[in-house]
Amino acid sequence: MTLDVTKIRKDFPIFLRTIRDGKKLIYLDSGATSQKPQVVIDAEMDFYKLHNAAAHRGAHQLAEEATELFETARESVAEFLGADSQEIVFTKGATESLNLLAYAFSNAEPGSRFAIGPEHTIVVSEMEHHANLIPWQQLAKRSGATLKWFGVTPDGRMDESNIDSLITDKTKIVAITQQSNVLGTIINLEQIVKKAHAVGAVVIVDACQSVPHMAVDVRKLGADFLTFSGHKSLGPTGVGVLWGSYELLNELPPFLFGGSMIENVTMTDATWSQAPRKFEAGVPNMAQVIGLGAAVKYLQSVGMDAIHKHEEELTSYLIAELGKIEGIAIVGPLDSSLRGGIVSFTVEGIHPHDLGQYLDSFGIAVRTGHHCAWPLTRALGVPATTRASLYLYNDHSDLDALVTGVKNAKKYFGQ
Amino acid sequence: MQLDNLYQEVILDHYKHPENKGLAAAYDAQVHHINPSCGDEITLNLTLDGSLVQSVSWDGLGCSISQASVSIMSGLMIGKKLDDAQIVFDNFVQLMQSKGSGQPDESILEDAVALAGVSQYPARIKCALLGWMAFKDASVQAQKKN
Repeated sequence: MTLDVTKIRKDFPIFLRTIRDGKKLIYLDSGATSQKPQVVIDAEMDFYKLHNAAAHRGAHQLAEEATELFETARESVAEFLGADSQEIVFTKGATESLNLLAYAFSNAEPGSRFAIGPEHTIVVSEMEHHANLIPWQQLAKRSGATLKWFGVTPDGRMDESNIDSLITDKTKIVAITQQSNVLGTIINLEQIVKKAHAVGAVVIVDACQSVPHMAVDVRKLGADFLTFSGHKSLGPTGVGVLWGSYELLNELPPFLFGGSMIENVTMTDATWSQAPRKFEAGVPNMAQVIGLGAAVKYLQSVGMDAIHKHEEELTSYLIAELGKIEGIAIVGPLDSSLRGGIVSFTVEGIHPHDLGQYLDSFGIAVRTGHHCAWPLTRALGVPATTRASLYLYNDHSDLDALVTGVKNAKKYFGQ
Repeated sequence: MQLDNLYQEVILDHYKHPENKGLAAAYDAQVHHINPSCGDEITLNLTLDGSLVQSVSWDGLGCSISQASVSIMSGLMIGKKLDDAQIVFDNFVQLMQSKGSGQPDESILEDAVALAGVSQYPARIKCALLGWMAFKDASVQAQKKN
């Protein structure tokens, strides 16, 4: 099934506006944050206009409605991931989800399966976003554990050749991205999950760049925890999802303490409610959670397989067209079946920041820099790259505009 | 085109043919500054002769704005007394914060007036200031040492 992009774009009010003196918006920065369909904006607005009250508290009708909408959103997200609703924890973002996990490991009692110490290792990869690197790097420092990582092959794939020496019976945590936010590389996690579970390690998946763009079923994936962010999935900012298998979520100690995550409290002690509430201290970001519920419903109505196929086709086209320009180097695999809709590249003689500025003057929004994956750009030997990231509302005309823009930039900067 | 306000010929010239690039072996202070939002980096060596800026040399990676700006800055500062260098520095910082409405004093800023357009692009101001902040840092360190 091909997507009707013209129809889809009508669902996104931002495409009605123009950029830099009347130019059409060419939005190629969905890897940073996605645009929002009207149904998401409406869901958030309707909550404030009609149902605003603190969910899970109060004996009044508004509180009931807020609770109902909030929990319905939890069910929508669970269905989207193939999970049970009790396995869905709402956080304020994927970054918080990963920090929650790292601090929960710190809080584990000695002897628990999450307790981590100097005898243990944590395994990540060199292509992690800072959000899935620094929490583990710092957990290693706090606990005395050793941080290890998969390297990156010259063509931008994960180098799994030394998996047996990286993941050993000392490994406590394996935290890996499902799709690189710079290279676009999709990681086949099957082997890593299998190996990690064979040694008793917990597998944590950063799905920020995968879940919004392709069908992900947490049961099939077989990992223990997975996170994604709402705002990269057509949803509002301020909401993220942490999925965990129920058994592990129940055993995992909480990270944030406060209202509504408790079972019983005295002046000297407290006990915790069941997961997922144990991890949702304080009045949650209700409007955002409800907006995210609307976003995943919208994504499902379009179809995740159709979205993935659409982006795969656009990515092949973009790689082919960019590849025709002299002086362009694309980072990451050139085979579009190994990657998602993210294409990062360098242009000889033009710094990405200058290229991004030039493209912006024609209404083309791209990301430039190290994309919060500094160790990766260092490993690639480039100070920075320009990144075009695609979504369901992009079409060939957007990519043609980018390619023309890059060609003209070369003339402008005299290359 | 508004973009031409940003990328003036002077800037592109300095970018392609930077001045004082290549680190001097001897120095009173060496600093390394990074723009964490884009990854631009600069190393700057400074030598003072009493209260006179004797030499500024630098090496770095970055966009045309950051590289041209440090090139222009180095040319402006060499041979100046630190007090006068401070006046140039203050003028430049003020220009960058002017949101496009600044009236740069060419008698003080010379070639650096070409960077006035940067102040209309909030995301680029840090690029233009990278080398200048490195100079300021190095001059403080060099004075402490001397």
